[in-house]
Amino acid sequence: MAEDLLIVKNLKKYYPITGGVLGGEVGVVKAVDDVSFTVKSGETLGLVGESGCGKSTTGRSLLRLIEPTSGAINFDGIDVMSLSTDAMRKMRRDMQIVFQDPFASLNPRHNIEKILEEPLIVHGLGSSAERKKRVQEMLEIVGLSSYHASRYPHQFSGGQRQRIGIARALMLKPKLIVADEPVSALDVSIQSQVLNLMQDLQREFGLTYLFIAHDLSVVRHISDRVGVMYLGRIVELTTSSQLYSNPLHPYTKALLSAVPSPDPDAVRERVILQGDVPSPAKPPSGCTFHTRCPHVTEECRTVRPEFMDAGDGHFVACHLYKS
Amino acid sequence: MSHPVLQIENLQTHFFTDRGQIPAVDGVTITVQKGEVVGIVGESGCGKSVTSLSVMKLVPNPPGKIVGGSIKFKGEDLVSVDEKRMRDIRGNEIAMIFQEPMTSLNPVFTIGDQIGESVRLHTKASKKEARARAIEMLKKVGIPRAEAIVDEYPHQLSGGMRQRVMIAMAMACNPELLIADEPTTALDVTIQAQILDLMRQLNREADTAILLITHDLGVVAEMCHRVVVMYAGNVIEQGDVRTILKSPKHPYTIGLLNSLPKLEGSQERLYSIPGNVPIPGSLTVGCRFAPRCDKVSDRCRSEMPELKVVGDNHLSRCWLTE
Repeated sequence: MAEDLLIVKNLKKYYPITGGVLGGEVGVVKAVDDVSFTVKSGETLGLVGESGCGKSTTGRSLLRLIEPTSGAINFDGIDVMSLSTDAMRKMRRDMQIVFQDPFASLNPRHNIEKILEEPLIVHGLGSSAERKKRVQEMLEIVGLSSYHASRYPHQFSGGQRQRIGIARALMLKPKLIVADEPVSALDVSIQSQVLNLMQDLQREFGLTYLFIAHDLSVVRHISDRVGVMYLGRIVELTTSSQLYSNPLHPYTKALLSAVPSPDPDAVRERVILQGDVPSPAKPPSGCTFHTRCPHVTEECRTVRPEFMDAGDGHFVACHLYKS
Repeated sequence: MSHPVLQIENLQTHFFTDRGQIPAVDGVTITVQKGEVVGIVGESGCGKSVTSLSVMKLVPNPPGKIVGGSIKFKGEDLVSVDEKRMRDIRGNEIAMIFQEPMTSLNPVFTIGDQIGESVRLHTKASKKEARARAIEMLKKVGIPRAEAIVDEYPHQLSGGMRQRVMIAMAMACNPELLIADEPTTALDVTIQAQILDLMRQLNREADTAILLITHDLGVVAEMCHRVVVMYAGNVIEQGDVRTILKSPKHPYTIGLLNSLPKLEGSQERLYSIPGNVPIPGSLTVGCRFAPRCDKVSDRCRSEMPELKVVGDNHLSRCWLTE
């Protein structure tokens, strides 16, 4: 049984809304509202959800790139929340992030060698010659060539840039990589190259991934377990095969049925949700999904459902599954 | 027999830049019949958007120019008509919706003004009639509180609502052809499902032909009757939606379908097409797909294959299907 590498408990991130004459706080946007999950060593946990559901905020809060409002984060036995800024920076040797937009996350004025070398310099690792050698090796590992080191980001295509982003995250040999929509900006044929690369790297280096994406088929493909987020909360969390074969939460069902299938013979029951995702500044009372849920009851409007085990580690937050 | 709604033949749209002439669209032939939904699929830079902009004659000139071929709308050649006639057609007989609903709506005019604009321009309706038509269209595309929304501004609406407004605007003059350029790419899946549903309904009820440009093969499967697959400025395969998705002939189409992660069943490893999408104009001889094709032969590198009939209503551009 693999150990839990990352344990997140009751993570919250509230953004204040200021207003009024004195510019005081008039409300909060609950971007992440009481999220708990664990990631086992060597597994891939996927987080899916629509825009604004808080999946990226969750990912960034774990590295404290965004300071969480409250909650506990335990990474490899260390309480991340109690670390000083300096200790946190050292901690990030073991937890790295890959961003969505490979155009915006690479410095256009630095060549690839400098971009890849920087994490080593920051953490004071190796001599200059060793660092350069490591850059060359890493470029080969992610499927680029060593002569690419002297080039600049604009000389690469989107897929190649994402490889560089992954290489940068790997330079420090981290244990955990938070991948925030790493393939969303890529074309289909390039997307599959990057997904395969990420799987190969995981096997080779024993990496643990927190894979954040909005594309359900991508998440299903790469993840061992998947958490579905809606308005700042995880509404369902289970193994990826369970989630797709036996979704419990009405939102998960709707989300799965909304994905267009390229198979013209696929017959599926379509659940088309009405309306939009409510604003996280004014989330609905009770279960936040009740405004769009086809199975809504009186209880859903007032009581917030607990996030609990519906059997075999299949967690769901819905009144329909109360034992 | 009457003319097809749209008949694009051997269209060539080139861009004249400092680095030379770039053939973004290089000999594209597409026919759209009345009431038909035709999809154009391809990856970025394959020329699918330039094809659609060429039909509307909205390719910025300079640097872009239609250098060859014809675009016939109900028999009338759009390449040679003057700008005045084109303005009559745009928004009236052919309408277009774009990917990003926020940047295609004017932020300083109300929703009602913007929908009413094309109505007033094309039908000589009064301001009052245009407003009534705008409300009617908003109701038709499923916007709640249409009477209130008509006086609101684009920033007050969500992404899905804005795309509904775009569709209302496009459909206000009952066009015969609707060109939709990635209409749901910027939207979440649950909202995408709503918009696709709406477009299907409009196609059925008003018998509007739709030319749908997308990179998502799932959207194609749900919406289209026929599919055109483009690669590097060329049509490489076309046919009925079933044929293309179930028994594709061109190695690119096959590779594209195989590289999609599936929701049902599990696969250990995804197929991936090696290499990158070519930069338009970088390949001049041979099949455009040859550098990435796993079935490439010497002939592919030197000679460009023709688009040939390989089955019932099925065309493919590959030497393998000889």
